[in-house]
Amino acid sequence: MSEAIERARTFDAFPDEGIPLESPLAWSFEHVGCPAPGTHSRVMMRERQHDHLILRGGAIVLDEAVRAVLGLSLPARPLELSQGERASLQWLSPDEWLAVLPQGDAFRVETALRSALGDASVAFSDVSAGQTVIELTGDDQALRELLMKSVVYDVHPRHFAVGKGVTTVLAKTSVILRRPDERRWELVVRRSFADYVYRWLLDAGEEFAIGVERDVTAGETT
Amino acid sequence: MFHIHCPYCDEWREEEEFHPRGQAHIARPEDPAGCSDEQWGDYLFFRDNPRGIHHELWVHAVGCRKFFNVTRHTQSYEILETYRIGERPRFTRDNPDGVVASAPESLDDSDIATAAQEVRA
Ligand SMILES: [Zn+2]
Repeated sequence: MSEAIERARTFDAFPDEGIPLESPLAWSFEHVGCPAPGTHSRVMMRERQHDHLILRGGAIVLDEAVRAVLGLSLPARPLELSQGERASLQWLSPDEWLAVLPQGDAFRVETALRSALGDASVAFSDVSAGQTVIELTGDDQALRELLMKSVVYDVHPRHFAVGKGVTTVLAKTSVILRRPDERRWELVVRRSFADYVYRWLLDAGEEFAIGVERDVTAGETT
Repeated sequence: MFHIHCPYCDEWREEEEFHPRGQAHIARPEDPAGCSDEQWGDYLFFRDNPRGIHHELWVHAVGCRKFFNVTRHTQSYEILETYRIGERPRFTRDNPDGVVASAPESLDDSDIATAAQEVRA
């Protein structure tokens, strides 16, 4: 087992909680600005800093280990998203899942999964530094209209139920769009496109008096 | 708005998420070293350009990022079916109406049948 871990050359990308991490949107908050939420704001936007781990392998091989380590079963159906207390798991493709974890947790989870799976043919990639989560909340109708202007995917609740997540196109860039519960939409965006998506959402949300909330505890999950 | 059925996401998805990647079902020669230059050249460079039914490889590029097969009519552009890698097409040049034989060849035929439609909205 330890051999399997060594073979994969893992390392902790987040070794010390004392080291401040710059969010992919830090520059945007500083230079593009954060419109303050007001009583007339129908959409709220905030960034959630989490760890992101890509799990690849066969569903049957991964499922048991994932349940033991994360307490969540692996979403078996296409486009399924399971939301747990601390972590979420999303189907990305028939042999690929995205785990969104509390900040600083990816290395522990990756190591535990590797130990549990031994020599099984699986691959894990810590992509925490490569993407971030933008969360949108607010008035249902305003949220839907904002998304309808932005993504090519049908976001009508009849088609996009809670517990679904898709990779799709938002304003010509790729995003993961997910609906963890009734009141939230989440966008998982690439770090290099975070500023672009942020500006797009500010612009598209202007008519709904979009407000940006910034004082979110890093790593907090809801 | 033009939608294509992804057999892996099992959903109709926007055309913008897909890319065509050329002719499907091209088998790599079993013994490349034993090929003549002509056989190897055919495998690498030469593709069919039929008028009518054509089997193509597409990728759900912004989506599940899986490759799959599309049977498309090159004259009407109609997509007759989409099916997974490793499955057999239902619509072929010899069977343009996709008539299913009384004894299905594989369990996948019903999957293919559900994909044999094209939606324009
Ligand atoms: Zn797909």
